[in-house]
Formats: sequence, C-alpha cells, structure tokens
Amino acid sequence: MPLQSRHLLGLDGMTRDDLQLILDTAVSFREVLDRPIKKVPPLQGKTVANMFFENSTRTRLSFELAERRLSADVLGFAATGSSVSKGETLKDTARNIEAMKVDMVVMRHSASGAPHYLSRVIEANVINAGDGSHEHPTQALLDMYTIREKLGRLQGLHVCIVGDIAHSRVARSNIFGLITMGARVTVCGPATMIPRDIEKLGVSVCHHIDEVLPSVDVLNVLRIQLERDAGRLFPSIREYHNYYGITRKRLEKAGRTITVLHPGPINRDVEISADVADGEHSVILQQVLNGVAIRMAVLYLLSTQN
Amino acid sequence: MRRLKAQIIDQDGFDRTTIRLAHEILEKNKGAGNIVIVGIRTRGEFLAHRIARIIEEVEHTKLSIGSLDITLYRDDLLGKLEQPELKGTDILFDLNGKDVILIDDVLFTGRTIRAALDELIDLGRPRTIQLAVLIDRGHRQLPIRADYVGKNIPTSSQESIRVHVREVDGEDAVLLMHPEE
Repeated sequence: MPLQSRHLLGLDGMTRDDLQLILDTAVSFREVLDRPIKKVPPLQGKTVANMFFENSTRTRLSFELAERRLSADVLGFAATGSSVSKGETLKDTARNIEAMKVDMVVMRHSASGAPHYLSRVIEANVINAGDGSHEHPTQALLDMYTIREKLGRLQGLHVCIVGDIAHSRVARSNIFGLITMGARVTVCGPATMIPRDIEKLGVSVCHHIDEVLPSVDVLNVLRIQLERDAGRLFPSIREYHNYYGITRKRLEKAGRTITVLHPGPINRDVEISADVADGEHSVILQQVLNGVAIRMAVLYLLSTQN
Repeated sequence: MRRLKAQIIDQDGFDRTTIRLAHEILEKNKGAGNIVIVGIRTRGEFLAHRIARIIEEVEHTKLSIGSLDITLYRDDLLGKLEQPELKGTDILFDLNGKDVILIDDVLFTGRTIRAALDELIDLGRPRTIQLAVLIDRGHRQLPIRADYVGKNIPTSSQESIRVHVREVDGEDAVLLMHPEE
C-alpha cells in the first residue's frame, strides 16, 4: 500500500497505516547507512530542490544526505542572497524552480502553511521541512522511529514533551503522530508556553515536571529560544533551568529509566544538563542518524508512488 | 487469474533437486571453506536456507547466510504500477574475498540477477559470485547465466512459473501456469 498523499505536509490527519509504512520502510534505509557504500540507486534521474527560506543546518544537511544516498540530483537554495531578497513571491520562486524540471521540493519556511500552499500551485511532490510554528513532520517521525528502536513499541508508552509547546512545530507533529500510534502524551512547561485548549488535541497538561516524571517512559526536551524568550516567557534562564531543566538528579528521583530525546541544537545546562545529554539514557545522536533514514524513507515512498 | 498447466516438481523432486544443487556447489568449490550463502527475497531466501542446511550437514560446518532485497536496485522501480514493499537486506558478514553463492528460485529475464549483482558489489568485493537457481525458464534479456540449475524448463514468455516453498506456501512444489486469461 503506497502512502495516501502525494506530499508530506504534516502528521495531522495521517493514518496509522501511513505512519507505520514510513517507520517500517526507514528500517531498510537504516541498514543502508551501516554499509561500506552508503548509497542506493532508487532515485536515479530524479531531482530534488531544497528550498530553505529559514535558517537550518541539521535538517538541511540531513535531507541533502538522504537525497544523495538515494542517488537523486540535489538543488540547493537559500533565501538569503537569492531572488527572494529582491521581492519575488513564493509562488514565482517555486514555479521558476519547477520550470527546471524538479521532481520534489523540500521546503522550510517561517510562515505556517507555506508548504501546503506550494503543494497546490506546483506539480512536484512537496515535503514540509518545518513551517512556522505549525508542523515539522520528519522530525516527529524520526523521534518516533528512535523511540520504537529503543523501546520496541509506541503503543501504550507515556511520552512527555517539555518546553515551549506554544511555539513548537516539533511538539505539534509529535503530538499528532504519537497519539495516532497509541502513545499517551503529556506536555509540560510554564503556563506562558502552553497554548490554551491544547487538551483538545488529546494530551494532558502539567506545569510541574517532577510530578509527571515518575510515570514517564520518554522525555522529549525542546530547545529554549534563549535570545527570544528569556525575560518574556520566563523570568530568567536560571529560573527555567531550576523548574524545567532536565538534570540527572531529577531523573534519578523519578525512580525509573527514562529515555531522553532532544531535537537539537541543545543549550547545555539550560533545558537539559550536560550529563543527561551525554548520558546513557540520551538518544540524541541516534536521532540524528535515524533522521537520515526517515528522510530517505519519505523521499523513496513519495517518489515511487507513480 | 492463471490456471495450473502442470506440476513440474513435486515434494520428492524438490528435495532431490536441492540436495543435488548443494553437492554441485560443494564439488565445484572443493568444500565449504570459503563459501557464504545469499538468498534473494523472498523465495530465494528460503531456498538458500535449505541448501545451506544440506551443505552444513555434509561438511559438518556452519555457514554464513544472508538475504538480499533487490527492490532499491530494480530498473523498473519508477515505472511500476504498484509500489513494492521493502523487506530489507540482511547480510551481517563480510563479503570481501568470499565465494558468494547467490540463490534465487526462477531465472527468467536476468534483470533481478543484474540488480542483485550490483547490490552485492556495493556491499563488498567477493572473490567470486556464483548463481544457483531452482528453475531456469529461458527468455533472457541480459547476458546472464546460472552456474547451478535445478531444472531447465522451456516456457513461453506468457506462461509463468510458481515456486512454492513449505515456509510460506505450505508445500514444496514447482508449478507451470497458463498465460493470464
């Protein structure tokens, strides 16, 4: 069964079968990454354009690597120094790129919904690499893959997402995906960071991390936007660290083994302490590796749909 | 729907053929010392395990056995009507310098074997790659031949061959099917 959509715009509304298919397909690509020659030919002759209208290092490199390892031709594009700074509209930029016979477009944009709009005006398959504070589907998929790899399942697990839920596309995509896969999700953070009515998505809300930790299997620690949020959403970095920072002491007090994820880049000793980030329960670097496999799976499944 | 035209190999024939193939492999390689076995998913994988078991019994040794999923190397991947399911390649040993016995159920156009050879060579540099198939039905489209053949069966290109193995089909048999109606 191929995926139901020609695009990957978000995990909201995606079926369990489709999520399962992507996660299972990624297992095969994960194996390719262990080979001496980490390259396979299924996207030979296909061209993928990476349109990053917003800064990104990890996601852009991960997509680029995934595309190259599938033998696709890769077009890079960064908003700074391009025609975008000359006032060209998104539609015109995309149409011009498509006129060069591009088969797929991977897009990161600061405006929520930008890739959805794009998918309606061009023929190529569109993959959302993060749109505003809306969705970041491949990040959530690689998080779920990593959890499943470590704990063997998603069904029935209790996952706590801690940090700025209101502005996080990573949190939203994770919530949609995890709930569809049968996990229980709690979001945790100061009230300024939790959107009102978030319970309607099927999650529980908690403002005290120590209350929820004793029942948690997996912690997904979100990055704090230091430059933007300190003094605005919380009084100080030190206070945030004291109340919500994930430290070894905190995890030990919970009295159970908790797997720790972080989408990166991490602020050491702010949202996560260095000894946890580098500790035995952290799967942060596995996430990075699995991200390549997940993106290979998505590119492969969309391009071989016919 | 395809109708059955004839059963070409039954259970006893199946056993005799795999035993013969195993012995031919041993004879040509002068023992099992440098051999590794790789089956092409899905039917070839089961045949690989059968043949490996026979070689292990005869030689009192343990063989490395792997499975190859050639989907990513197919030349018709982007034109297929139905998306093939990825089952994954599973070769957990070093191929460098080995004599790889590549096993598939039916040799037909040769395109599967071309894909398998490309994938194997991306995985390492074997000393030799030798091909063993249960059935060779002709109609090659590429310059490829098998080193070990269970049975040559002349067919028309519209007919089809079905290999059944106990593990998935509940019986060991080879069936010749009429052209699609």
